[in-house]
Amino acid sequence: MDDTQIEAGENNKDIEVAPALISVHPNQNSVAVAVGSDLRIFDLLGGRGVSLVDDSAQPFHKDSIRAIRYSPNGKLLVSAADDKLVKIWSTDSWRCISSVCAEKRVSAVAISNDGLYVCFADKFGVVWVVGLHELDGNESLVNRKAAPLLAHYCSIITSLEFSPDGQFIVSADRDFKIRVTVFPKKPLDGAHEIQSFCLGHTEFVSCLAFICTVDYFLGFLVSGSGDSTVRLWDITSGSLLDTCEVGAKSGLLESNGGDEGCYTVSDLCTIPDGNLIAVAIQGLRGVMLLCCELSSKTLNAIKVVSIMGESFIPTSLGSGSDAELLWMVTGVSKLSGSDCDSLARVRVLSGFKKSNPDSDGHELTLLGDDELPGSVKLLEKLQGSVTIEENVFLAAAEAVKTAMCNLLIKKQYTMEKREFRKRGRNDRKIKQ
Amino acid sequence: MLENESNPTISKSTGLPRKRFYRARAHSNPLSDSHFPVPISPGHVDYSFHYPQLVSSDQADSNKKIEFADVGCGFGGLLISLSTLFPETLMIGMELRDKVTEYVKERISALRATNPGQYQNISVVRTNSMKYIPNYFGKGQLSKMFFLFPDPHFKEKNHRRRVISPHLLDEYAYVLEIGGIIYTITDVEELGEWMKACLASHPMFEALTEEELGADPVIKLLSTATEEGQKVARNGGQTFQAVYRRIAPSQ
Repeated sequence: MDDTQIEAGENNKDIEVAPALISVHPNQNSVAVAVGSDLRIFDLLGGRGVSLVDDSAQPFHKDSIRAIRYSPNGKLLVSAADDKLVKIWSTDSWRCISSVCAEKRVSAVAISNDGLYVCFADKFGVVWVVGLHELDGNESLVNRKAAPLLAHYCSIITSLEFSPDGQFIVSADRDFKIRVTVFPKKPLDGAHEIQSFCLGHTEFVSCLAFICTVDYFLGFLVSGSGDSTVRLWDITSGSLLDTCEVGAKSGLLESNGGDEGCYTVSDLCTIPDGNLIAVAIQGLRGVMLLCCELSSKTLNAIKVVSIMGESFIPTSLGSGSDAELLWMVTGVSKLSGSDCDSLARVRVLSGFKKSNPDSDGHELTLLGDDELPGSVKLLEKLQGSVTIEENVFLAAAEAVKTAMCNLLIKKQYTMEKREFRKRGRNDRKIKQ
Repeated sequence: MLENESNPTISKSTGLPRKRFYRARAHSNPLSDSHFPVPISPGHVDYSFHYPQLVSSDQADSNKKIEFADVGCGFGGLLISLSTLFPETLMIGMELRDKVTEYVKERISALRATNPGQYQNISVVRTNSMKYIPNYFGKGQLSKMFFLFPDPHFKEKNHRRRVISPHLLDEYAYVLEIGGIIYTITDVEELGEWMKACLASHPMFEALTEEELGADPVIKLLSTATEEGQKVARNGGQTFQAVYRRIAPSQ
């Protein structure tokens, strides 16, 4: 690595772009998109955009939103941003019912299956828990404090997920680790019992999801990583069941060719009550579909669903529990050299229920903009505008990729470079 | 010993490495992103490399596992005392400082050479145990863990660098078997209280009774076997120990 590249890498850190995020209500009552500090919600039942109400001391987010998620029962939406606030919204009134201050920037959120605990993870590797017990009757609880639940030692936590039975909380970090912890009866006292570590990834773990069906209601864990693989795990023992080299597979399957080398998995979405997994990969235009055979515990790549006529590299995926549709978003905040501050593009794949898993998902169709639920109104709300210039998205995808690498991959320096950097160390500086 | 004559870092009389060529700062920042190889999982730890006489490479998946871990082993005094006390047990020292690790490596190979058949059960690895303990040991694999004279990190801002902390104890509880013992000792009263408080308030550890402490042959090694312990004794310093047993959490 030569000087110019290092300089470039360090300058880029000043512009921390945030990828656009999407989350879908479990019953598809509404869909949420976060771009930059903007949280956009579209009410699919009412067919209209939602205006959020926030009466807390620090209303709305002031910095890039890093995580959004609906609670499994659909009553809450949680958003967390770089302004170190975790906001809990009621999906009935669309009011902010609690605004929790975090000590550090938040990188992931999860909500317990009973909807009573909100957990969020910060960039110092600590997972915090907030109890919501009195929330139902009392809408005025504003300053709720979070208690530490568990910690990865000073590692950025990238993803947080509850197991389908609610017994475990699973956390993934940039140090290639996935930790499975027993979610205790009294979470505010901390979660001390580790069930297992799922070890096998050779780069940062970027995303987690559970796949479960009626026959396998405990489910298996699926993880995506910077090492261009998706892996299948048994969380009870932490054993690796199968590995799918999505990088190699997408190179073979993709028709229009992406760029070589980097196939970081940026998001995973399991299709509920089925064995399909949608995978968003950096540099891949479209999504890759994997099939998980739960009986034989194997992962297989089925196909790449390309988005024709558009350079659409999704940054985030979502689906409701009645998974007829797969929602995809791409976009970025604070993109330099662009007038639009926060860009987003929403696309929807349809036909997951109809398609028989054995038929290789041939019946999937990409909905046109006018075929979307809510049509133009939805796009106006979630994208900010109906049409967005095409070339902006490639720049956006590139910016997201750089930001993710800067954040999650250890920098490699040559010996000379390392010695040179030591000269700038604070503890060695001579007082003038 | 002919080749040693040209190598000044090895003592001519004992064949052991000379400490003065392996000096290192007493403190090392556990938060820094150092570059050293880390096994992907406990299954990837190369036992035949660490214990060549006891585990041959073709039976790498044998049942023999490391049972003792000396976290922050320093110059390795404790390992060497434990090696003869528990000759059948595999044990490993973990040390963050590169030079110190090199010293321990040399020391062990010199001891192995001069005492054939002995010291085959100890080894050392350069790693950040605060980050990578789960990469080395599986669930319930260890029966003893040692934290002797750890860096006190006095400043409150640096308390999260302490090797005994409430969150790290969760990981130590994971790698220790039920009934496994965690040994801590320090000459810093404040740190001694901190370690005791962390262990006492953790639901998966209980203190050993006075009789149990008296019956354990390892206890007296805590203050006598290590270089740091001998230094404290020389200066007539006080030591503070906390020894706790891993128990099953009450539901």
